[in-house]
Amino acid sequence: MSQIAFPPPDVAILARRDAILAGLAFLPEECLIVDAIERRAFETDALTAYRRLPLAVVLPRSTEEVARVLKYCSEVGVNVVPRGAGTSLSGGAIPQEDAIVIGLSKMSRILEINLADRYARVEAGVTNLAISEAVVAEGFFYAPDPSSQLACTIGGNIGMNSGGAHCLKYGVTTNNVLGVRLVTLDGEILDLGGTHLDAGGFDWLGLVVGSEGQLGIVTEATVRILRAAEGARPVLFGFDSAEAAGECVAAIIGAGIVPVAMEYMDRLAIEICEGFAHAGYPLDVEAMLIIEVEGSDEEMQAQLAKITAIARDSGVKTIRESLSAMESAQIWKGRKSAFGATGRIADYICMDGTVPASRLPEALRRTGEICASYGLRVANVFHAGDGNMHPLVLYNCNDPVQQAKAEDAGNELLKLCVQLGGCLTGEHGVGIEKRDLMRFQFSAKDLDQQMRVRAAFDPNWRMNPAKVFPLDQRI
Amino acid sequence: MQTNFTPELLADSHMRASEKIVRSCVHCGFCTATCPTYLLLGDELDSPRGRIYLIKDMLENRRPATELEVKHVDRCLSCLACMTTCPSGVHYMHLVDHARAYIEATYQRPLADRMLRAALSRIIPSRGLFRAALRLAKIGRPLRPVVARIPQYGAKLTAMLALAPKSIPARVETEGPGEFRARGGGPQRRRIALLTGCAQAVLAPEINAATIRLINRTGVDVVLPEGEGCCGSLVHHMGREARSLAQARANIDVWTREIDRGGLEAIVVTASGCGTTIKDYGFMLRDDALYAEKAARISALAKDVTEYLTGLDLRFENPAKLVVAYHSACSMQHGQKITDAPKMLLRRAGFTVRDVPEGHICCGSAGTYNLLQPEIAGRLRARKVANIARVRPDVIATGNIGCITQIAAGTSIPIAHTAEMLDWASGGPRPAGL
Repeated sequence: MSQIAFPPPDVAILARRDAILAGLAFLPEECLIVDAIERRAFETDALTAYRRLPLAVVLPRSTEEVARVLKYCSEVGVNVVPRGAGTSLSGGAIPQEDAIVIGLSKMSRILEINLADRYARVEAGVTNLAISEAVVAEGFFYAPDPSSQLACTIGGNIGMNSGGAHCLKYGVTTNNVLGVRLVTLDGEILDLGGTHLDAGGFDWLGLVVGSEGQLGIVTEATVRILRAAEGARPVLFGFDSAEAAGECVAAIIGAGIVPVAMEYMDRLAIEICEGFAHAGYPLDVEAMLIIEVEGSDEEMQAQLAKITAIARDSGVKTIRESLSAMESAQIWKGRKSAFGATGRIADYICMDGTVPASRLPEALRRTGEICASYGLRVANVFHAGDGNMHPLVLYNCNDPVQQAKAEDAGNELLKLCVQLGGCLTGEHGVGIEKRDLMRFQFSAKDLDQQMRVRAAFDPNWRMNPAKVFPLDQRI
Repeated sequence: MQTNFTPELLADSHMRASEKIVRSCVHCGFCTATCPTYLLLGDELDSPRGRIYLIKDMLENRRPATELEVKHVDRCLSCLACMTTCPSGVHYMHLVDHARAYIEATYQRPLADRMLRAALSRIIPSRGLFRAALRLAKIGRPLRPVVARIPQYGAKLTAMLALAPKSIPARVETEGPGEFRARGGGPQRRRIALLTGCAQAVLAPEINAATIRLINRTGVDVVLPEGEGCCGSLVHHMGREARSLAQARANIDVWTREIDRGGLEAIVVTASGCGTTIKDYGFMLRDDALYAEKAARISALAKDVTEYLTGLDLRFENPAKLVVAYHSACSMQHGQKITDAPKMLLRRAGFTVRDVPEGHICCGSAGTYNLLQPEIAGRLRARKVANIARVRPDVIATGNIGCITQIAAGTSIPIAHTAEMLDWASGGPRPAGL
């Protein structure tokens, strides 16, 4: 099947493979993977429908090694694909046959924790959750929390400007990164930003965060760590219809209330996640919202009272408050394992379009209709407060016809989000998955301008080149 | 994940099982985060996801194993932390077991490796040979610096000598065979079989002695049936399928006879590594027309000692006010999913129980892993004992002899089996070293 095209590999590079790899001999054996048997494991990420065996994989141990490898790749004219934990759902870490993968997994040290100034400096291969774990005993945390936070790296988060359930209140990656060390293709090491918000000079961070590994490779990050609230309490609200839940979200946001998280799950998603996490989700409802409030007891109660009143107006059927830290942990475990747990019943592709909160009821209705028109099942589990939809389109990946249908349905869903005034990607990035839909969201002029900025860093399109921008419109 | 097994391949039961497992993996990568070797080495090939990929490719193409797959599969501890983490329910244990057997069938290891593995698989499961080997090791201990210089074998032999006990316990009555009847009790006897097994009976006979006292105290008889031996786990993890199945069948016969003779309400196991394997007999022998049913019955009867004790009436007296760091063996928490029972019992016995930070990460013991992969095992032990020290315990309690040996070699904090602690708290002797 494979509807998404990759550029044909550069045969000259393939022919020179041995000579090119010989030039990487400065790396120790455990940092250089050349045999096809071993390279195979790096041919894809979490978008497994697409696979390309890379030319080689290098696993550098320091910024200097990354710089040396990049400089070398630039000199010999080889494409480069950066890789964190390889958890991308949009194919952001999928290589090409003529590209060298630079994996940051050996760079996983926490370099500095400064509680007084509230930042942590870490290597790019540190997992998102490891940052919070390093400061949790002191009552701090790193806010953006993608569902894959257990495994995904801060480097990958920066590449994709990742979000998460709690970003409703705390913002996404770009709002929580203070500085980065970026290695450009010619091996130059740049320190951008600093250790506090709004560092002087141009807003280089705004450019780098979300650039999907196309401007350089981030090897270190300085991130904000925040004081954890006194308490937090997730509450489960069950509804008889998707629209009612969607209206409830719109009404809460419309009333100016910002809970720390507001997550949506439909009946199928509830069943799947309850089966894995045994979190006590209501099984007799069509849709559920997990709304988390935080603060002191009084704050939580006051906010919950307002939310509950709105939920009642929206026809809420069941309400269940978490009564212990353990219950809360199970509730979040179920939500954060939703994608993986869906694997228990079917293969899936996970969409990431975003709509204005007021359009959620309509978006949910249309999502069901679109998937039904392809004869495919869909499970909805997403960040409702941000309007960041994640329909999981279920199919059988060993069946090429179904795969094509799933992708077509997915494309329609993304277009729907743009039509409703939203955008293609909330937090998973464009990768290869939404690359060809970029035209649907941006005009040719917009895209040209974005590509000109990109080309300032990488005029020869060596860095993660098959991603983000439509292949036939390159400047 | 998409798979590409030909119908001919799928005619094979092992291949069919593995295809199903790989098919359930969505390649989300969560497993990498809790894999001990990935944490240490930072290479996806040394993570569950990487290994699944290597195994998938090898099996799909029916390619004989090469030293590359062998390197990464050998580095897997089979700690199964990945299975606890996996949201998709990928049965990694059965996949890696299949891979190990496939490697054994299609790959010839270098001579030194082959000899070492042959020796280990011969000696450890036999209590007589293991005892003799430990006596030799005791003599060899002071020679470690010399041994370390032996080409190819040096590092591994040194690791073995370091792990060998300084004194070897004498053979005791509770090694069996025999029957230990509870005092009192009416005509309706309750009865369990206790696994004597192999290495534990030689290294730490006090564990089963304590268990027998403990279970007898609840009014239940304990039988150590004649002819029972190693559960097969050791060779199973080396991919020696025929031998592991032979050992499994032999034990199934022994226990089945015992059930027919006087009934068994459980087969109690005090080494969680063995428990994980016995609970898997039903799967291992699923295609054996003669044994499938019997094996499933034995698997259903197998209980970890803490699992069994939870349902019994135990009285604890004059509890010692000690802080216990509970180390959950991987085979206990990931293999058998027993997490709370041992801690609840220790608390009921009056101890203050503390969880070890990073408790889901292996100590490096992993059967014969600390002998075959001493470098990685040593790093994991250092990490484990540092984490244990952070909770400042008076004693470490755990439920697996492998962990006891491994951790004891890296810390001065006393370590005892959970059953010994419970026996002590209910009237038995104080565990040695405490």
